[in-house]
Amino acid sequence: MSVMFWVISALTVVSALGSMLLKNLVHCALLLSVTFAGLALLFLQLDAQFAGFAQILVYVGAVAILVVFAILLTRSAEAPKEGGVFSRTWLAGLAVAAAVFATVGSAVLYSVRGLPHETATPEVTVLGIGQSLMSTYVLPLEIVALLLTVATIGAVIVAMHEKPEKKIGGTK
Amino acid sequence: MTPLAGYLLVAALLFAIGLAGALTRRNAILVLIGIELMLNAANLNLIAFWRYGPHPEAMTGMMFAIFSIAVAAAEAAVGLGLVIAVHRHAQTANLDEMNRMKG
Repeated sequence: MSVMFWVISALTVVSALGSMLLKNLVHCALLLSVTFAGLALLFLQLDAQFAGFAQILVYVGAVAILVVFAILLTRSAEAPKEGGVFSRTWLAGLAVAAAVFATVGSAVLYSVRGLPHETATPEVTVLGIGQSLMSTYVLPLEIVALLLTVATIGAVIVAMHEKPEKKIGGTK
Repeated sequence: MTPLAGYLLVAALLFAIGLAGALTRRNAILVLIGIELMLNAANLNLIAFWRYGPHPEAMTGMMFAIFSIAVAAAEAAVGLGLVIAVHRHAQTANLDEMNRMKG
């Protein structure tokens, strides 16, 4: 285990904790992009260069910006006046999360002897990825393209301003 | 400890943090952020198993992670659009106050 791995994972985990605990939602979004960048660095440590750069492009570049836009559009940057940022049943949620972590972590620790050791660096080029995307994975690629188109159009339609006279049901 | 176990433990910790955030925060956007964290932890698992698995040259795990990133991006767009639409209707992004299905 290299020192670099521990440094990057400590940065990732601490910024993830901060993005879930802070009161101001803009700070949460900024720490979230630090988490995504740390995950991209972990992908690069795992010799998955393409996935690492895709992570930076999609998450740090697009999803973080979307989150900031949503926070500003819903005016929820400032903390709510009453009740705090956590729900009334936060203890139950924390217990569920701790139970999940205990289960998964103990499963990893019990199976640590069976896990494979250091192996040779796999030879993966962007050329190879592109060729397999166009041959083996061409059907999933097309489906993902369709999904992204449908999701973009759907998100725009859902968030679009509805005209009062055309409104179907529901009262303000 | 093998390197794979370290990556798996980090992914489990990130998943638990995201789950705790999604279950305990009151703001709908923070719940979506928690779900994104959980998806990312799963991606880290996929890539770690691909790297230390028996056949990394097949690229299966990394392809799965790339498609998962694309689906997660679509999910984020639709989810945040829904939050904005609900905020326009109910004037709040607080989940405790969204307790009616009738507008």
